[in-house]
Amino acid sequence: MKETLIKNVRIFDPTLRIDQKGDLRISGGKIAEFGSKVSTSKDAEVVEGKGRLLTPGFIDLHSHLRDPGFEHKEDIESGTRSAAAGGFTTVCCMANTKPVNDEASVTRYILERAAAKASVKVWPIGAISVGLEGKRLAGLGELKEAGCVAVSDDGMTLMDSQLMRLAMDYAKGFEIPVITHCIDANLSHLGAMNEGVVSCKMGIRGIPNEAEDVIVARDIFLSRLTDARLHVAHVSTAGSVELIRRAKAEGLPVTGEGAPHHFTLTDEACLNYDTHAKMCPPLRSEADREAVRRGLADGTLDCIATDHAPHAIVDKEVEFDQAAFGIIGFETAFPLAYRLVEEGVLTLEKLIPLMTSKPLAVLGKSYRGLKEGAPADLTLIDLDAAWTYQAAEGFSKSRNTPFEGWKFKGKVIGTWVEGKKVF
Amino acid sequence: MEDKRPAFRHILSMADLSPEDVEFIFQTTDRFREVGGRAIKKVPALRGKTVINLFFENSTRTRTSFEIAGKRLSADVINISKSGSSVAKGETLLDTAKNLEAMAPDVIVVRHPSSGAPQALTRILQARVINAGDGEHEHPTQALLDLLTIRDHKKKIAGLHVGIVGDIAHSRVARSNILGLTKLGAKVTVVGPKSLIPKEIVSYGVSVSHRFAEVIEDLDVIMMLRIQTERHERLPFPDLREYSRFFGLNLQILKKAKKDVVIMHPGPVNRGVEIAPEVADGPFSLILDQVKNGVAVRMALLYLLGGAETAAKVEE
Repeated sequence: MKETLIKNVRIFDPTLRIDQKGDLRISGGKIAEFGSKVSTSKDAEVVEGKGRLLTPGFIDLHSHLRDPGFEHKEDIESGTRSAAAGGFTTVCCMANTKPVNDEASVTRYILERAAAKASVKVWPIGAISVGLEGKRLAGLGELKEAGCVAVSDDGMTLMDSQLMRLAMDYAKGFEIPVITHCIDANLSHLGAMNEGVVSCKMGIRGIPNEAEDVIVARDIFLSRLTDARLHVAHVSTAGSVELIRRAKAEGLPVTGEGAPHHFTLTDEACLNYDTHAKMCPPLRSEADREAVRRGLADGTLDCIATDHAPHAIVDKEVEFDQAAFGIIGFETAFPLAYRLVEEGVLTLEKLIPLMTSKPLAVLGKSYRGLKEGAPADLTLIDLDAAWTYQAAEGFSKSRNTPFEGWKFKGKVIGTWVEGKKVF
Repeated sequence: MEDKRPAFRHILSMADLSPEDVEFIFQTTDRFREVGGRAIKKVPALRGKTVINLFFENSTRTRTSFEIAGKRLSADVINISKSGSSVAKGETLLDTAKNLEAMAPDVIVVRHPSSGAPQALTRILQARVINAGDGEHEHPTQALLDLLTIRDHKKKIAGLHVGIVGDIAHSRVARSNILGLTKLGAKVTVVGPKSLIPKEIVSYGVSVSHRFAEVIEDLDVIMMLRIQTERHERLPFPDLREYSRFFGLNLQILKKAKKDVVIMHPGPVNRGVEIAPEVADGPFSLILDQVKNGVAVRMALLYLLGGAETAAKVEE
């Protein structure tokens, strides 16, 4: 492979305390060297960085690539192109495909497909229960062996507490992190949005905050019982931020993630019955939005994860209570996160680890970052670029987003995976 | 008759109507009331106009009321129900609506089990839309006819104390009436078991009671709601007998009420559950006045949305 020289950039990896101007040379898919005096071969491909920000590639712990089974919504090729355009160099994909990723053959399919078609690295997450049915354990050991980095019944909450306890005990033995999607299925039954003044006004059945809180509390207690690594997906309520804060103070192996839509929007976005504001967990109140922001700022929440969930037009262009839950999120993740910096919630030094080193720590993986000899997974960002998001100009097969037409500052303008330019 | 243009394009929610809009609708209604008493119950106001009643849920009163209202105005009224339409073949609401739109109706009256369905239609249709009940959201024409009926009998709305009793959480009638009544200055108390009253309801400026017997003596108007067992997979109260005992309106509890209290019910009535037959048929009951006023109010709305603007244009 030809060498690449990314010239004149701000090389930025706060986790490794790197913040310097200079050039970065990629050779053989790895970071060869960086700094103010970088040598290069004559035939190297030169990228003029114009002083922009070069960070380690982003890692998304939570996405739905819909492949296999729902390729009309997304597939590994389109989903990872969208991820690359969002600056992600690794995405984890949830198990609610068809067939469900509850056995090694499905994991292998995903990895083979990714090897052939993906723009970025794809790390599958296996199911906890067979068919996501919450009845018996999937082969967690074999899933890990086949390449799954964690297990989760995301999309469905494992309502059987004994099975969840078994899963956590068993997963602990194999050192597999358990990612929990927390919505009490009985409390949220028929709910289509946050329960509150807005749902009352709209006549839409609500999902109370407590539907999330009770399961987060349960799973934290089960983590204490089993000592298993527990990661709480898409935290949406002030109550669960507080529960995770206390679990961490107690020293339990518990982590959590915040999604851009939950730290950006509130349930007011549902007014006018906009199905693009319908997701699960739902958009919550202002106090909850604030709590998620605070949780990211003070380290209670470990990372930003997109919950990229593509849906076809026919799934969304229907009555609100009938519409599918979820929105696409790869290409809006960074600009939405950067709003937190612009608004003074986070510094850039805190934001970048939330999308790079900290998600890896959640999975128990070591972080290499911008080190000489590390894989050249890189993201180039123009922090000053003002632009308008149009889903149609993006790479996902789906366009279900509440951020259509939003004006953003900060844009990903280049992405490299192991030295290969993928965006 | 001097025509003025309505300030509203559709009738979707009582939240969209100002007190002046409601007054304007009532003035228009007054012009149509006597038509129902004529030997020939027809005026030419909407001749050549097309009204489509698009009903995705069962209805006797509302659908018939809109149909009669349209026909008394000489509109061509077409009724479409879920079972006899392409909806049963899997067509989406928006496709159905777009196809109907291609046939150039002037007003589409829609009832739908999903909250917000009429709003969705207004985003894609040129036709005027009247919400004839959407899910658990609103039923604004019911509220308008209820307000009119109260005003007919009490000569005012401001200052009255209205009790709305029953399944507040899932009632579109309750929501629309709360909005309308509070807007016009009435005091509203919602009454029911706590499991049927969302705590956010106080954001509408209403009082809440879980003891019917304790508030009934202060009420000028009692509006009973139907217990909608079809909306519940799991009843939010033990059983109908217990519900009826604590929240039903019977002759015994009625003794505590004011002497000039009036009783309303949007129908259909579950006799013996939320209201005893003797009360429904008794002297305080306005149930049939509500139905009668329903036709006149809907004539006014169809006229204002379907015809008034054209009439105004002709005069220009």
